[in-house]
Amino acid sequence: MQLAIFIIFAILCIFGSILVITLRSAVSSAIALVFVMCVIAGLFALVGALFVAALQVIVYAGAVMVLFLFIIMLLNLKEELISEDDKKFTRFLGIVLGTAFLFELAFFVRTALMRGSEALYEPVPKTLSSIAVISSELFTKFLFPFELTSVLLLIAIVGAILLAKKKNEK
Amino acid sequence: MIQIPNINISIIYPEIIIFITAVIILLVEIFSNGKKWYAQSIIALIGIIVSGYAVSNQWNSFASGFSEVLVADNFALMFKLIFLLGALLTVFLSIWYFRREEIQQGEYFFLILSSVIGMMILSSANELITAFLGLEVMSLPLYVLAGFDKKKLLSNEAALKYFIMGAFASGFLVYGITFIYGATGTTNFDKISMVISSRSFGIDPLLLLGFILILIGFSFKTAFVPFHSWVPDVYTGAPTPVTAFFSIGPKAAGFAILFRLIIKAFAPIGGSIIPILWILAVLTMTVGNLIALTQRNIKRMLAYSSIAHAGYLLISLVVGNGRGASAALFYLIAYTVMTVGAFGIVILLGEKGEKDLSINGYSGLAYRYPAAAVVMSLFMFSLAGIPPTAGFIGKFYIFSSAISKGFIWLAVIGIVNSVISVYYYLRVVVVMFMKPEIQAGRVVCFPVSLMVAIILAAIGVLQIGMFPQGWFEAVRYSLIGLF
Amino acid sequence: MLRIYFPILVLLAFAVITPLVMLIIPKILGKRESTPVKDAAYECGIPAKGDARERFPIKFYLIAILFLLFDIEAIFLYPWAYIYRKLGIFGLIEMGVFVFILLVGYLYVIKKGALRWQ
Repeated sequence: MQLAIFIIFAILCIFGSILVITLRSAVSSAIALVFVMCVIAGLFALVGALFVAALQVIVYAGAVMVLFLFIIMLLNLKEELISEDDKKFTRFLGIVLGTAFLFELAFFVRTALMRGSEALYEPVPKTLSSIAVISSELFTKFLFPFELTSVLLLIAIVGAILLAKKKNEK
Repeated sequence: MIQIPNINISIIYPEIIIFITAVIILLVEIFSNGKKWYAQSIIALIGIIVSGYAVSNQWNSFASGFSEVLVADNFALMFKLIFLLGALLTVFLSIWYFRREEIQQGEYFFLILSSVIGMMILSSANELITAFLGLEVMSLPLYVLAGFDKKKLLSNEAALKYFIMGAFASGFLVYGITFIYGATGTTNFDKISMVISSRSFGIDPLLLLGFILILIGFSFKTAFVPFHSWVPDVYTGAPTPVTAFFSIGPKAAGFAILFRLIIKAFAPIGGSIIPILWILAVLTMTVGNLIALTQRNIKRMLAYSSIAHAGYLLISLVVGNGRGASAALFYLIAYTVMTVGAFGIVILLGEKGEKDLSINGYSGLAYRYPAAAVVMSLFMFSLAGIPPTAGFIGKFYIFSSAISKGFIWLAVIGIVNSVISVYYYLRVVVVMFMKPEIQAGRVVCFPVSLMVAIILAAIGVLQIGMFPQGWFEAVRYSLIGLF
Repeated sequence: MLRIYFPILVLLAFAVITPLVMLIIPKILGKRESTPVKDAAYECGIPAKGDARERFPIKFYLIAILFLLFDIEAIFLYPWAYIYRKLGIFGLIEMGVFVFILLVGYLYVIKKGALRWQ
């Protein structure tokens, strides 16, 4: 059952990702990306990481995608501006390199699996709910990275205002 | 009840000092009207110096804290001093430049200082998630700094290119971290190395894949070939002091974390990592130098030369023992002063807007401003590695460490490359001294802050070049406890 | 484990099937015809002028990204609230530092007038 649901989600995820890069309209691409994000949230939920799944929906499918749409509207690209020739070349290069990377990954993971179960680590303890694991790790062991996040957010606030705010508007 | 971890807050005093300084600068910016650029620059300088004092107080303490995510061994402290030195010189470079370009916004110092925080954390990170956050804290201000000159189109382009490449690189890094975690079940460097060496079978392919992805992530930041394509445009478009900061800070921080990864976390699989680094080193040196040969713009030339210097530093990473690490530290100190000096002269000789930065624009400079020409030649000699300058000793140290470990070919390629590099560095000198003057009207003023930076850099280049003994000692002491 | 998600799956199935059915049924039952009046944004009202795809001012973006950043701050409060009792005063201090650092950012936002709509 779990495997069946995983396969459904995985197929939906790949399908959505293909839509993201093939749809011509930027807005439709963004909506397809929302779909992919939601499916990924489903995948997280499937392995028991419920909190991460919720975050995935709140932050990525919600806030980040709103930002994406704003930027699309900000730029307002009506037609794709890349010339046809250029596109063919990049498309070719992308397909070749992407396939190569896929095979590399598949090869590495396969060899790791064949080496035995020792190489694969079970990340989420089944006995605990995911938020309990995250919070007890985040506020003790990873206290410093947690505090550092606020510094990062502060920098992001200053940077965004600095770049996006027009001057002399006081 | 949850176990409250051992925090040991004293090991991040230098970072806290820098952060408080940055916040004060930000508060001054929003709460005071009128001119505050100079006040803010002085606050920044004081903060950097006090932080440097705090770092030197930690010397030989070998503390760790925050449940082992941070360590403050001498190696990290030495790197922190290098970052602070770079930041100090950058602030001196900036004071006049941003006045000339009329973009005196106090947020500039905030961004420089917060980037330094990121570098300092990167150098003492003992854990992958902390390293990742350190990298982001370092990079995020740099993206903004590249686009700090909002009215200049090239500066905007630089910010966008740097941001896209940087975000892409972060993706690789995080992907690599997930593989490492998947293969070992931990992100702590000591534990990773313990898990690897306790394995019964040989090298776990997942681990190698994870390491390669992490290496790619950091290679973008330190601009190794073939991850260097963003460098020339970003370095040319960004404001010149920011370019100087780009070529010293992130590069040194990248090497700090790569050294720690290779020496500590991935030491047990060192044998399979060395060939990858070997190829990276050769590619980075050669491509950087060959493209630098054809450059006409001085900032672009320095951009490619910084790629080449990253290649020389990679040699020490290949060597990977104590001698290699100390050579890298020494070279980074030398590289910091000579690069800041060279960019300082570029700022001094530029006019508002910096429309013409071609090397030919320096024709006949020696007749009009002999002192500036002589100092610029000094920096060029040092970058090329000609005695008695700091660059020569640094290169000598690196190449001899390669030979002592048996990497003869690597050393030979490095030497050939530095011979090639002499051509384009000396071309600047030739243009200045032997070509007739074409820009007769060029007027240069000599602002105090900029002169401080240039003179400090020049003294540094000569002092390190002629009396390297004390520096050798310092660099050697900073490796205690690592090997 | 999976059983508790069954209602969600049923809901998901409904959410997918309902719009599909609603899209397919009119195609079978009715015929399609498009006239300029029918395609107008408001069939009875002021005639539409220009295109809906205008360029947006950058201030929308600024609001959106500031929302996102403070949204992330709020998200860190969830796991913190979950173990707040266990952490005690230590937890209060660490969250206090986190929020205080972002308070500086909030001050900056207000003082720079980034939220002022002009």
